[in-house]
Amino acid sequence: MPKTEISAVRQFLNSRGNSAIADRVFHFLMVLCALSIFGIVILILSELMLRSSEAWHQFGFRFFSQTPAHDRYTGLPTYWDPVNGSFSALPFVFGTLVSSLLSLVISVPLAVGLAIFLTEMCPRFLRGPLAFITELLAAIPSIIYGLWAVFVLVPLLREHVNPMLVKYFGWTGFFKPDNPTGLGYVAAAVILAIMILPIISSLTREVMTAVPHSQREAVLALGATRWEMIRMGVLRNARIGIVGAVILGLGRALGETMAVTMVIGNTAEISRSLLANGSSMSSVIANEFAEAVSDLHRSSLIEIGLALFVVTIIVNAFARLLVWMVTRGAPARVH
Amino acid sequence: MATNATSFRSKYRATMDHVVTGLAVLATALVVVPLIAIFVYLLLKGASSVNLDFFLKNPVPEGESGGGMANAIVGSGVLLGIASLIGIPIGIGAGIYLAEFGRGTRLANAVRFTADVLNGVPSIVMGLAAYSLIVIPQRHFSALSGGVALGIMMIPTVARTSEEMLLMVPNMIREAALGLGLSNWRAVLSITVRTASPGIITGCMLAFARVAGETAPLIFTALGNAFFSTNPNQPIEALPLQIWVYATGPYEDQHRLAWAGALVLIVLIVLAVSLVRYVTSRGVLKGAS
Repeated sequence: MPKTEISAVRQFLNSRGNSAIADRVFHFLMVLCALSIFGIVILILSELMLRSSEAWHQFGFRFFSQTPAHDRYTGLPTYWDPVNGSFSALPFVFGTLVSSLLSLVISVPLAVGLAIFLTEMCPRFLRGPLAFITELLAAIPSIIYGLWAVFVLVPLLREHVNPMLVKYFGWTGFFKPDNPTGLGYVAAAVILAIMILPIISSLTREVMTAVPHSQREAVLALGATRWEMIRMGVLRNARIGIVGAVILGLGRALGETMAVTMVIGNTAEISRSLLANGSSMSSVIANEFAEAVSDLHRSSLIEIGLALFVVTIIVNAFARLLVWMVTRGAPARVH
Repeated sequence: MATNATSFRSKYRATMDHVVTGLAVLATALVVVPLIAIFVYLLLKGASSVNLDFFLKNPVPEGESGGGMANAIVGSGVLLGIASLIGIPIGIGAGIYLAEFGRGTRLANAVRFTADVLNGVPSIVMGLAAYSLIVIPQRHFSALSGGVALGIMMIPTVARTSEEMLLMVPNMIREAALGLGLSNWRAVLSITVRTASPGIITGCMLAFARVAGETAPLIFTALGNAFFSTNPNQPIEALPLQIWVYATGPYEDQHRLAWAGALVLIVLIVLAVSLVRYVTSRGVLKGAS
């Protein structure tokens, strides 16, 4: 905060008056630009609330919990029936939660491992290229992950991984061999894991580098091995920030659209098997919004979007706070 | 006995250390593998279809072979142009406020925090907002609404990178400018922003590349268009939208074009990311001091 000299000089110059008006206008414009960021949040919130009011009046909170009707022939519950106008977001909430949490299970150990390798073990010449590679992974658009998943990952899962899961873990009831397509929650979770890995790992790296060197040296001086140093000196000090990084990854996973839409299978069902087709909140919007059959249908989809917005705002804010608590002293970085 | 126990203990600790090292290396390898796989597939499948036709011809009806993505490339250009017109000035303005006027104030911290949070909002929500803001009152899909959705997404990224770059400008330069009697706005615009301009430009390119690959906010704003169009008031095609339609369709020819489109997109993005990395690591800004 270099307040003293600069502001004295500025005060003197401002008091000369010849540029006072221009300065004030410029200052005002810049403040306006900054305030527009709040404006965007409020605008999105108010627009979505306005356009989803029809569904809100019709269903209220039951929109996220009800099981409206049962199919006349099969007896299975129909959660989402645009033609007959019965809507419940339950299967989409379920699909979003299952695929995101499963992706965290896959990506968190890998991300933390990568961060440990990069900060504590990596030879200097590898550090730059590896950091660059993770940065690139974060910049690849969702649609390209989706394209790759459809043509490479899904066939791989279908031919090799899913049969193995059924064979060895079929007894748990979570892996049933009744979906021959290879699409489903597992495929969505794997591609999500690849996508959120760089975010979690780069933030974990950031909080781990924020741990002072004296901590590491102190633990090493007591005769600890490298792993003990990492565990006691680094991870223990950085744990709040790492939790923040994981929650931030969760926020990304919850809202990820294209790649998930392409591999989750897109059926509005809830099933216990993780290999079954499903649908997520964002995928149903992407699939149906442009061809919504009625105002109520459109309004229901916007309400799902509103829920997604509110949830990701809360999750992101919480995660940023946690990361900020750890890196407060260290210089800031973008993302 | 005691020595035995100690030696077992130290052996256990040494083994544990090696095991963890191995696991960390394994994790790193597992992270690198998908990236390499994605790039190899993009090159293998995309490179053969990227030719002059791809850039110059419009799509042909389904089932026929040949054709290109000229309309999608031009459409993406129009959308990104509208997005840049909205996102870059407002984003840089917000960055200037954060770095030059609001340093350390509560408002600036709140703006910074909100920008970071806004960065994590799903892109499809931006599409919904643009839909209800523009498409519903206009009663038709348009390139304008897609551009607005993308522009809103650019603002937080541009603001944060501009702020970072402006903070790298040494205070001496500001003082020198003010000491020469420049008015404040002139000092900020012609000296501080000018000094940081390589960084700000690359920051804008990063935001540009990021929204260039966005599909979700365009599905129900720009909608897509099988014909060549540059009219911002009409539905328009975009590269990522076209990739989505082609990749989920049944035709082999369209799959090829989808891979080619993905390759073009990724080249754009890799260029932008490398440039940003080059500028921030080589310290182009430091040369100015």
